[in-house]
Amino acid sequence: MSTHARDTNDNPRPILEVRELRKYFPLSSGIFNQRAGTVHAVDDISFSVMAGETLGIVGESGCGKSTTARLLMRLIEPDAGRVLLDGKGIAEPAPTGMAIGEVRRQMQMVFQDSFASLNPRLTIEDSIAFGPVVHGLPRRQAKARARELLARVGLAPERYAARYPHELSGGQRQRINIARALALEPRVVILDEAVSALDKSVEAQVLNLLLDLKQEFGLTYLFISHDLNVVRYVSDRVMVMYLGKIAEIGPVEAIFGGTAHPYTKALLSAMPSMDPARRTQKPPLTGDPPSPIDPAPGCRFRTRCPYAEDVCARLDPQLVTAGSPDHRVACEILRPASGHSLAAPAIAHAA
Amino acid sequence: MSMPSPATNELDLRGTAPAPVFDPAKALVAQATRGYWRTVLARLLRDKVTVACALLLLAIVLLAVFAPLLAPADPFKGSIMQRLLPIGSEGFLLGTDELGRDMLTRLIYGGRLSLVMGITPVINALLIGAFLGIVGGFMGGTVNTLIMRTIDVFYAFPSVLLAVAISGALGAGIFNAMVALTVVFIPPVARVAESVTTQVMSLDFVEAARASGASNFTIIRVHILGNVLGPVFIYATSLISVSMILASGLSFLGLGTKPPEPEWGLMLNTLRTAIYLNPGVAALPGAMIFMVSICFNMMSDGLRAAMDVTQ
Repeated sequence: MSTHARDTNDNPRPILEVRELRKYFPLSSGIFNQRAGTVHAVDDISFSVMAGETLGIVGESGCGKSTTARLLMRLIEPDAGRVLLDGKGIAEPAPTGMAIGEVRRQMQMVFQDSFASLNPRLTIEDSIAFGPVVHGLPRRQAKARARELLARVGLAPERYAARYPHELSGGQRQRINIARALALEPRVVILDEAVSALDKSVEAQVLNLLLDLKQEFGLTYLFISHDLNVVRYVSDRVMVMYLGKIAEIGPVEAIFGGTAHPYTKALLSAMPSMDPARRTQKPPLTGDPPSPIDPAPGCRFRTRCPYAEDVCARLDPQLVTAGSPDHRVACEILRPASGHSLAAPAIAHAA
Repeated sequence: MSMPSPATNELDLRGTAPAPVFDPAKALVAQATRGYWRTVLARLLRDKVTVACALLLLAIVLLAVFAPLLAPADPFKGSIMQRLLPIGSEGFLLGTDELGRDMLTRLIYGGRLSLVMGITPVINALLIGAFLGIVGGFMGGTVNTLIMRTIDVFYAFPSVLLAVAISGALGAGIFNAMVALTVVFIPPVARVAESVTTQVMSLDFVEAARASGASNFTIIRVHILGNVLGPVFIYATSLISVSMILASGLSFLGLGTKPPEPEWGLMLNTLRTAIYLNPGVAALPGAMIFMVSICFNMMSDGLRAAMDVTQ
């Protein structure tokens, strides 16, 4: 059944590759629209997602998580960079590229607000069937598929198909949004805070549903959330974002077990633990993230970082491997001979 | 991998709710739930005031349409001997006007022109205004600015003054009066359409529709129109009364209908000289305008309440 793309050596190969993706939003003010600054929403980020895995994306609000999701779906145009789906550039000409329409069949998105993401004037069934109809499936078949999917997400079609969104609860609506996303038989599903608005017990149900669906349909998930517990539960790998940049990316055990980045450490220490023995008394991060408008050069986290030194203001930290080869961190402490007092000396690196 | 918090919930949620078996035969019966418009109709019928207003309007419209069959007399034939008879005179149920014509007949016939002049400009303005507003709201940016600022120019004039100015410039006549009224009503309709469209555009389902690969046209047809036309239609219904009053006003000023044509506004004008002699009869055309306006307004309120099925 496996739709996991594998190369000749049976290693998973990336289904999605993001290369130096960038989106700046110009800010204007006043009646003459003077340029008042630029929001660096997503600033040259590169990462890849393996077929069949779940990549969790975490970060505080405003760090560019949702902008990244919308850039991947091309709901907004990037200023620079490429996104490759199956090695084909999104919205690039045919031989090496892939048309937007095809991308939007293979990649789908579930939004946070379950109510706003369903048209209040359409029945559940019509909402789910909309995508397939747009892609040329006859209406009858699209409705049949909608009913099958409704059953699959745990809502009896004979009871729910003809209902309207306002007649359902938040959890039920989010199940419908998931069914809607799956109606196009996508391979990648972006879940943008998809369970964040649900209460805990419903959240658990929907998360388990998502995991089952992933197994059944061989999906690849990009799971965006601010809830570290949830991300830890569903993800294979985790990407930590801070002000439009990747702070750290690596396997879930590496991030939650032995994170290397001071920001991730702070995030994890702010995470409420169920185990009293593991509760920390250390204060979490103080203050708000600095403004993403025209950020100063250097490490974006240095204004709140307990280890910040001169070098952090001079250099824009690049992702370097830490520990295992697939665990990469953007911090000068982790780069040998970076000039940071905590960094390993150059000799150690050479040896 | 363990789930630290939600999984500790005492409900073992995983697996306890197996997906219902899909039975296509059963699924086809699922149409049982009423469609949107049938729900709206059912809710409208429960609203007694709206039903009463609708019935009254229906009666007036039927009277106007079948006026030649239903009117007791000739609307143009008067008698100098029977001028300004009071309400309830023998042979003249609602009295006679200043030329001795039967008031009841003229009120029935008057509904024809008055209703046409109240409704036609609003329908035209609804079509043009909704188009402009939806296009502006959907395109946004420069196109929207261009459309909305042009429309704002019309807002600079009071609607009565604008109607009088346009119809005065075009010359007296029913057609010109309707053109003038259409121009007067396009800006408010367009503005409502634009603001509702902008609001709908910001909702995630439009984004989701785009993410499913739908074209702009499909998104407008399926997702925008359904959500925008309702509020715009309701707003337009409330404009019918304004349109009737303005049309009557134009006729009153001699810019719409011309005598001896029966039209409520014009009748009000010609009868005003008789206000001291026979106030009851002189007030009748005004009462008709008032009644029809109120009915349209009440109906638009009822419609608004009925269409808001989320409540």
